[in-house]
Amino acid sequence: MPEIKVTPLGAGQDVGRSCILVSIGGKNIMLDCGMHMGYNDDRRFPDFSYITQNGRLTDFLDCVIISHFHLDHCGALPYMSEMVGYDGPIYMTHPTKAICPILLEDFRKITVDKKGETNFFTSQMIKDCMKKVIPLNLHQTVQVDDELEIKAYYAGHVLGAAMVHIKVGSESVVYTGDYNMTPDRHLGAAWIDKCRPDILISESTYATTIRDSKRCRERDFLKKVHESIERGGKVLIPVFALGRAQELCILLETFWERMNLKAPIYFSTGLTEKANHYYKLFITWTNQKIRKTFVQRNMFEFKHIKAFDRSYADNPGPMVVFATPGMLHAGQSLQIFKKWAGNEKNMVIMPGYCVQGTIGHKILNGQRKLEMEGRATLDVKLQVEYMSFSAHADAKGIMQLIRMAEPRNMLLVHGEAVKMEFLKGKIEQEFSIDCYMPANGETTTVTTNPSVPVDISLNLLKREMALGGPLPDPKKPRTMHGTLIMKENSLKLVSSEQALKELGLNEHQLRFTCHVQLQDPHSDADTLHRIYTHLKSVLKGYTIQHLPDGTVIVESIVIKVSSSTEDSNTKVLLLSWSYQVQIGPHSTLKKVIVT
Amino acid sequence: MKLYCLSGHPTLPCNVLKFKSTTIMLDCGLDTTSVLNFLPLPLVHSPRLSKLPGWVSKDGTINLGKELKECAGRVFVDAQPEFCLPERELLDLSTIDVILISNYHCMMALPYITEHTGFTGTVYATEPTLQIGRLLMEELVNFMERVPKAQSATSWKNKEIQRMLPGPLKDAVDVWMWKRCYSMQEVNSALSKVQLVGYSQKVELFGAVQVSPLSSGYSLGSSNWIIQSHHEKVSYVSGSSLLTTHPQPMDQSSLKNSDVLILTGLTQMPTANPDGMLGEFCSNLAMTIRAGGNVLVPCYSSGVIYDLLECLYQFIESANLGTTPFYFISPIANSSLEFSQIFAEWLCHNKQTKVYLPEPPFPHAELIQTNKLKHYPSIHGDFSSEFRQPCVVFTGHPSLRFGDVVHFMELWGKSSLNTIIFTEPDFSYLDALAPYQPLAMKCVYCPIDTRLNFHQVSKLLKEVQPLHVVCPEQYTQPPLTQSHRSDLMLELQPPPMPYRRCSVLNLPFRRRYERIYILPECAVILALT
Repeated sequence: MPEIKVTPLGAGQDVGRSCILVSIGGKNIMLDCGMHMGYNDDRRFPDFSYITQNGRLTDFLDCVIISHFHLDHCGALPYMSEMVGYDGPIYMTHPTKAICPILLEDFRKITVDKKGETNFFTSQMIKDCMKKVIPLNLHQTVQVDDELEIKAYYAGHVLGAAMVHIKVGSESVVYTGDYNMTPDRHLGAAWIDKCRPDILISESTYATTIRDSKRCRERDFLKKVHESIERGGKVLIPVFALGRAQELCILLETFWERMNLKAPIYFSTGLTEKANHYYKLFITWTNQKIRKTFVQRNMFEFKHIKAFDRSYADNPGPMVVFATPGMLHAGQSLQIFKKWAGNEKNMVIMPGYCVQGTIGHKILNGQRKLEMEGRATLDVKLQVEYMSFSAHADAKGIMQLIRMAEPRNMLLVHGEAVKMEFLKGKIEQEFSIDCYMPANGETTTVTTNPSVPVDISLNLLKREMALGGPLPDPKKPRTMHGTLIMKENSLKLVSSEQALKELGLNEHQLRFTCHVQLQDPHSDADTLHRIYTHLKSVLKGYTIQHLPDGTVIVESIVIKVSSSTEDSNTKVLLLSWSYQVQIGPHSTLKKVIVT
Repeated sequence: MKLYCLSGHPTLPCNVLKFKSTTIMLDCGLDTTSVLNFLPLPLVHSPRLSKLPGWVSKDGTINLGKELKECAGRVFVDAQPEFCLPERELLDLSTIDVILISNYHCMMALPYITEHTGFTGTVYATEPTLQIGRLLMEELVNFMERVPKAQSATSWKNKEIQRMLPGPLKDAVDVWMWKRCYSMQEVNSALSKVQLVGYSQKVELFGAVQVSPLSSGYSLGSSNWIIQSHHEKVSYVSGSSLLTTHPQPMDQSSLKNSDVLILTGLTQMPTANPDGMLGEFCSNLAMTIRAGGNVLVPCYSSGVIYDLLECLYQFIESANLGTTPFYFISPIANSSLEFSQIFAEWLCHNKQTKVYLPEPPFPHAELIQTNKLKHYPSIHGDFSSEFRQPCVVFTGHPSLRFGDVVHFMELWGKSSLNTIIFTEPDFSYLDALAPYQPLAMKCVYCPIDTRLNFHQVSKLLKEVQPLHVVCPEQYTQPPLTQSHRSDLMLELQPPPMPYRRCSVLNLPFRRRYERIYILPECAVILALT
C-alpha cells in the first residue's frame, strides 16, 4: 500500500520556524522554511541535516513551497538555499515573492549590523535565492514535473498568503500555511474546494480559542486607544510592517476621520510607504470591498498617518505609534517600548501572537520586571493590552476548513502541544478521521488507498451497455466481462477478443458435454423432434431451434441424438454447452434440460 | 463531436462545441462593423449632420428620407446604431452548459446570449478579462445612452427596399437580426454568471471534460483554451500574440498533441508590421504637433493604448513634446488606467519585476503624475475648461459613430493642420470617415494588430502538430484585394477544415478509450495470469 510521510523540522507542536517535509508518491517536498523568533542560536533555523548529513539538498527535494512572507515561514530560505545548498524550484505567490526579500533583508540587517553576528546570509545570497523562485498564481495548476502538481488557494492571512494542494497521481496533501476564515478590513477569507486530500496539514495557533466577533474586538481596540489618547498617554502598537499594520491603519484612519481626532498617528520605518504601495499594486489579493472601490478611493492612501522619526518618541502629548517588529524582540518597537514603559499613562497594545522568549510574550504573561541586556532591569508600568488581531483561524475556522476540504486524515502543526491535543480530540470526535500532531523530527506515516486508473475500450463499454438495456442504471452495480492488460505501466480493460489479438494468443474454447441415455424406439430424427416439441412446451420464453442438420439448439446449448451401437432402442442424447453457459445466467436452463 | 459556427467574423468568433455530451460555447464576439452603416451620434447638436438630405430612390418612388440620409454619395441609417449578433437560430442556446471567453474583445455579445435565451450555464474568464470586459461594455452602454435617439429605423430592412439601396447597405446581411445595444442591467446580470479562472487552472465539467485557459499573449488576461478528456484533446486558439508587449507571453507548448485545433483571431493586417506602424504613429504625431495642429487617435480604452502611451513616454522627451498636452477621454479612462496597474500576475516578466520594487508596471502612472497625460470622463465638465491646443486626444469609439470622438471629428475635420491617426484594425478607415466627408483633416492609417500573422501561425502549427485544424474560411484563401499573395493564407497538410457563419462541422474524432477507476478493494483481489 502506498504511504505518505510527514515530518516537521519546525512548527511540530510549536510556533516558529515552520518547515515540514512531505514524502508522497516518491516525491519529497519542503513546505515553508522559516526561522524561530524566540532563539538567537542554532535553534533559530530548522535542522536541515535531518534531510542529508552531507551533500546538497537538491538531490533530496523535488521542490520547496513558501506559504507567505512572514519570517517564521520564509526566514531560513536563503540559509537553506545558499548556505546549505539547494538549486531546485522554490514556489511562492507573486506578492510573497515581492515582499519576502525585503523582510529577509530587514532581518539580515538587524542580525548582522545591529547584533554583529557573522556567518549569516548576505544580501547577495538573498538575491540569488530569489532567482530560484517561480511565482504561483491562485488556482493555477503547476506541473513541477510529470507527476507532481501543485495548486495554490487563497488563505487570507496576509497579502499573498496561500494554501497549497500537492498531488501525485491520485494521492494528495493540502498544507494550509497560516490562514483566516473570516474576512477582515483588508483581506478576504480563505477558501478551498472539496478536494478530499489524504492529509490536511493545518496550522492550529488558536486551536482552543473561539474568538468573539471581529466588530467587538475592533470596538474594544478603538475604545482603548481613544481612552489613552484622551488622558494624554502615548500608545505603542508593535506590528510587522505588512499585514495587521494595514488593517489597523485602515481602522484608525476611518475612526480619526469620524471622530475628528487631532492626535498624530505615526508609522515607524521607511517600509510603510513601500508596504502600502504593495497593497495598491496587489489590490486583487485584498477583499471584495477594497477591490471594488479602489478606482474611486484607494484604501491604502492614508491621510492621518505619517512617517515616524526617532526623535518624535520624546515629544510631549498623546500620540499613536505603529512600530516594527511585532513581538518586541528587537528594533524600533523595542526602543520605543523602553522609553515609554515607565509611565502608567502610556499603553502598549499587542495585536498579535508572540512566541516564547520574546519580550512581547513576557509582558503578556504579566511579567512586570524585565531583564535587559547588560543586567539592567526595566520596570513595566504602562498598560499592557492584548488584542487578538492576528489573522489565524480559530477552532471554529479550522473545523470549517475541514468541512470544506473533507480530508481523510488531519495533521496539526504551528501550535502549542496542549492546545493541539484538545483540538485533536474534537476533530476525531466530530469527523471520525485520524488526527496527528507530530513533534519536530517525528515522522507521521499515513497509508493511502488510491483507486487504480484504467482505460476501458469504448467498444467494450458500448457492448456491455447494450447487453443490459439502453442505459446503465447508475444506482445499480453491474458485472462486466473484459480482460485487463498491464502494459508499460498503464492498465487497459478490453474485450477478450481484442486482448487475444493484441497479445498474439490463440483463443481456446472450453465446452462442457454430457451424455444422457434414454429408451425410445423411434428413429433418431423422430426422437429429436419429440425432444424438440417437449422442450418447446416446457421451456416457454426461450429460443429453441430445430436445425436441418439434425440438432436442436436451446439458446446456445446444443442437443444431438444418436442411437447406441448395441441397441437401436437406446438413444444417446449429446449435450454440449460453452463456458459462458456453465457460469452464466443459462446454467439453470442447462440443469433443466439435463434432468 | 460537432462544431456549430455562429459568427462569420474571424476575429470576433462565436462557436459551439459539442463534446462528450457537454455543450461548450467558445467566445461570444460581437460584430460591430454593422454600425458603420449608421450616422454618427453627436454629443452636441451638429448642424451639418442635421442638414443632410434624406434618401429618395432615383425614380422617386421610394422616399425613406426620415430613416436614411445621404452624405458624400453614401447612404446612412439615421437611428441608434445596431450590432450584428451571433446566429441564434442554429441551435438552442438554452442547452449551452458553459461559455469560455478568451479575451475582453471577444465577450461583447455576452448579454445577448446569456439574457432572455434561457441560458443557465456558467461563463469562464480570467479576472482581467472580466474586469476590462466589464469596463468596455459599460463604455459602450454609456456612449449609447448618453445621446438617446428615440427613432428606430426598420423600413429600410424590408427586403424589397434593401435591394434598391446603394451599397454597402444593399449587401448587409441578416439586417433583421441586428440589435440595439444592451442595458447596464443586462450587462450586470450577464457578468454575474462569470466564474473566474487562472491560467493553467483545470476546471472539471460534469466529470466528463476538463477545460483549462492558457496565456495567449495578446492582451491582459487573454487566453487560449484546452478542452480535453483523458484521451481526446481540442485546442481553441483565439487572439494570440508572440510579440513582446505588456501581457504575459503565449503558452505554446501546452497546445501540443491536440486532435483538433480550432484556429481563430489571426491578425487582420497581415501586411502591416506593428513595430513599423508604431514608428509611423510617433513621427506623424510629432509632425502635426510641430506644425501647430491637433492629433486625434480613435481607439479602444484598453489594450493597444497602453503600448501607445508607453511608446510615447519614451518618445515625448526626445521629440521635444514635453509641453504638449495628451488627453485620454472616455467614461472609463480612469478605471482603465488604474486597472492596468493591478494585474501584475498577468503581465510580462519586465513589468512584473517593476511591481516587485514596488513601482507601477506601466509608465502612464508617471505621465499622469507629471501632468503630461490627463484623463477625463467626457468632453463636458472639467475638460472644456482645461483643454489647450495643439494637443493629442485619445478617445473612442474607433468606428467614429459614437463616443467623444464624434465631437472632435466635427471640431477638427475642417482644418488641414489636424491629423487623425487610426491605430485600431477593426474598422476600415475609409468607411469610418465616410459620414464626415468632405474632410480637410489629414488621415494616417497605422493599424497595430499584434495577433499572429500567417508566417507565425504556420511555424506554431509545425511545432504543436495538431492532427486536424479548423479555421474560418477567410484563412484558407488569400485576401480578396491581394489574390496573388499565397503567403497570406493557411497551407496545411491535411488541409484545414474551413467554416463560415452557420456551418455545422463534424469533427474527425475516433474515440477508442475511456477512463475508469478500479476500487482499491477490487484491485487487491486481482491476480496476474
